[in-house]
Amino acid sequence: MNTQPAPLRQVSQAASSWRAWLMSDRPQSRRQAALGRWYAGWRSFAANRLALVGLGIVGALVLVALLAPLLSPYAPTVGELGQRLLPPSGSHWLGTDDQGRDILSRLIHGSRITLFVVVLVAVLAAPIGLLVGTASGYAGGWVDAVLMRITDIFLAFPRLILALAFVAALGPGIENAVIAIAITSWPPYARIARAETLTIRQADYISAVKLLGASPLRIVLRHVMPLCVPSVIVRVTLDMAGIILTAAGLGFLGLGAQPPMPEWGAMIAAGRAYVLDQWWVAAAPGAAIFIVSLGFNLLGDGLRDALDPKASQ
Amino acid sequence: MQASARFALVIVVTYLGLLAVTFFIGRVIPVDPALAVVGDRAPEHVLQRVREEMGLNLPLPQQFVRYVGRALQGDFGNSVLTSNPVWDDIRKTFPATLELATCGIIIGAGFGVPLGVWAAVRRGGLADHAVRVMALVGYSVPIFWLGLMALVLFYAKLGWVAGPGRIDVAYEFSVQRVTGIMLLDTAMAGEWDAFRSALSHLVLPAALLGYFSLAYISRMTRSFMLNELAQEYIVAARAKGLSETRIIWRHALRNALVPLVTVIALSYAGLLEGSVLTETVFAWPGLGLYITHSLQNADMNAVLGGTIVVGTVFIGLNLLSDALYRVLDPRTRDTRRGTGS
Amino acid sequence: MSNPARLPLLSVQDLRVAYPAREGGMTEVVRGVSFTLGRERLGIVGESGSGKSQTGRAIVGLTAPGGVVSAAQLRFGDVDLLRCAPEQRQALRGGRIAMVLQDPKYSLNPVMAIGAQIAETLQAHQPCRAAQARRQVLEALAAVGIEDPARVMKLYPHEVSGGMGQRAMIAMMLIASPELLIADEPTSALDVTVQLQVLGILDRLVAERGMGLIFISHDLRLVSSFCDRVLVMYAGRVVEEIAATELHRAQHPYTQGLLNCLPQLGASRHPLPTLDRKPEWAL
Repeated sequence: MNTQPAPLRQVSQAASSWRAWLMSDRPQSRRQAALGRWYAGWRSFAANRLALVGLGIVGALVLVALLAPLLSPYAPTVGELGQRLLPPSGSHWLGTDDQGRDILSRLIHGSRITLFVVVLVAVLAAPIGLLVGTASGYAGGWVDAVLMRITDIFLAFPRLILALAFVAALGPGIENAVIAIAITSWPPYARIARAETLTIRQADYISAVKLLGASPLRIVLRHVMPLCVPSVIVRVTLDMAGIILTAAGLGFLGLGAQPPMPEWGAMIAAGRAYVLDQWWVAAAPGAAIFIVSLGFNLLGDGLRDALDPKASQ
Repeated sequence: MQASARFALVIVVTYLGLLAVTFFIGRVIPVDPALAVVGDRAPEHVLQRVREEMGLNLPLPQQFVRYVGRALQGDFGNSVLTSNPVWDDIRKTFPATLELATCGIIIGAGFGVPLGVWAAVRRGGLADHAVRVMALVGYSVPIFWLGLMALVLFYAKLGWVAGPGRIDVAYEFSVQRVTGIMLLDTAMAGEWDAFRSALSHLVLPAALLGYFSLAYISRMTRSFMLNELAQEYIVAARAKGLSETRIIWRHALRNALVPLVTVIALSYAGLLEGSVLTETVFAWPGLGLYITHSLQNADMNAVLGGTIVVGTVFIGLNLLSDALYRVLDPRTRDTRRGTGS
Repeated sequence: MSNPARLPLLSVQDLRVAYPAREGGMTEVVRGVSFTLGRERLGIVGESGSGKSQTGRAIVGLTAPGGVVSAAQLRFGDVDLLRCAPEQRQALRGGRIAMVLQDPKYSLNPVMAIGAQIAETLQAHQPCRAAQARRQVLEALAAVGIEDPARVMKLYPHEVSGGMGQRAMIAMMLIASPELLIADEPTSALDVTVQLQVLGILDRLVAERGMGLIFISHDLRLVSSFCDRVLVMYAGRVVEEIAATELHRAQHPYTQGLLNCLPQLGASRHPLPTLDRKPEWAL
């Protein structure tokens, strides 16, 4: 009764036997159990179509950023002044800007800057937040009080304005923008890590490891922190949209990447002078920011739903 | 320690922390703080005078104490750009931001709360989907870009609203400045043409901020309402035979209001932040525009002064929401337990 | 036209409550429950998941959304509960059929004063002026044995003990003089000494007003001492219907098993008996 051709049947049989192995109730090895958990998590994530869309968008961003020189039809920083402010057409899909540069190419290369900012902020802020949060939660006492006061002070600030103030002191530029945003981003991660640590630290297996003579540092690093990582990852992903928007805001104000770098926020600022007539110059980069932020938001929502179904409504 | 004393301590520490951060940004980060203030084209004697004023020769802790003392009196130094005390500049520009943010929150809460309630009561219905989509868009779209596109559409193409600025140039100097809030000033003076002009300029930026506020508030309202509607006391209220309307508004929403008030306060704070970019797009002469202009001209005193003011308003809003929490939720007040069984 | 005076207070025939199952289809949690009730006390006993609470809620009309209630007959007096208009059902709730819930910590509105909550029931069914309402609230609180009604009226639910909160709930549900009371585990959240007090109050009020009572509980001994008749439920069905005084002559092995498990003072029972469930009970 099987209507599939023979080789396809073999492949689908192999696939279904893999799936059975991954979802088995009695894993034979740690690797099988771990892989099985990953697979189960992936399945619950993938059941959410919007989350897949988000993953797709983020994946597309990474791909475009990596392959930018291959994908962009023109050079992003070279413009022909005779081709200024052209509307979208066959040769320039998104038109040209006020210096005759192809907008599509600039967008494609700008994705590198976006990815750079997002990755760097995550790499800087998340570990700091994780460290501060777990140390604070595990140590307790005055260490906790002091660290949480500091966290609260940063949380009491509006993120953009604080980043503005930092950039004012450090000077404009993409690296300083990254540092400024990272400085204002770590507090929520610290809070989350601390909350998780407070729960975990009561657990019996922590007491067991302590009895075995593990030092507090080892306990925090090897036993507590890994358990806080999933929540922090979810929060970081959800935050990424905010980070992108803050970076774009800084770029819009001229404080991020400096010209002629094709940073999307700066492109909107440049297009602003002509927006009433040549609106596409500012429209395209904004749409790009929107799509990428949307992608991260969908991805983050999907991750949160997959990892903590109670949080979703 | 008494709860109120602890509370006061937290406020003081947070405020000191705020000043510490701005102190750090202003004095510690720049290689030459005085240079950062006056700019690199200032003559040497100006530089020296500013150095004296800022007390840069004193040890750092002493500098901080002077800094705090001055800040508490509202002395943020002088703006390099305008040569006015920063405090005066801020006092002139803050009402405009206040007007914008307040209109924004009225739109956001006024529409957002009913929308959120509706979305929770009719799950899977139109309001439910609308709330989710609006929230998603609100969290993803750059506010300054949306403002720009809105300007193009509603001002340039459709002509429904006025363009950038706060009021038509024609009325700008004819209005007596009483509160600094254009709508109030024009209304109080009976200048209805000017009022209409001010309103026409206010609509778009306020709607923009209102949208972001609405996206957040409606989503949180929905979430809180769903939480409340699942509680046992709602079942009991139904068992009493109360109408569904009464149950939704007088029972569920009344309970959801407790965390919701904090959300609204947070949203208001977020609008103050959002106004920084919105004011740039709409040339709205508020605190946000002041800060960004100062930034672009490397006017450190003004930037830090503005940051401190905004930070103080944030702390104030947090305080307000705490106080409101206490008023709305009888469980948080100090009570004596009833006797007997 | 049947004479309303002759009709039983409540007539339930083949009541079924079903919820959507996760894999699709419906799961029945109440599978064909039938009984009639006059002005008497009926106890419904069962373990967690037996469907006893769902039965009570279906009668009042408070089945959770998504649940489907059906019955051959579900009548309160001469009102067909399943086919009447929703407004009529709502008017019956609190006015003629009342329900007391388990834990006053959760079933009283935390942000509303106790007096206001009680007055709310009254105004929904017998609207009157505020002064009159206040008088009746004070009377209602006194009737449940609260000594200082004027003070308790102004308190919030978290400011009173469990026993007092449950009494306030009883006052709240009985103030509009309903004819039928469904008590869903009314004393399960209380300390043992307080349980007896609250039961005493229920006993007195039900007797004084000639109400019908459905007492839902997991505690067989409590129910048998309090009610005239007992319905034993297991897995959504009634497995035994017996007078309280005849309980020792129960026929069904589940009831016998429950009776057997009850601890006895002064008798040493080793090993402690457990319930040996037979799959055929769930059919």
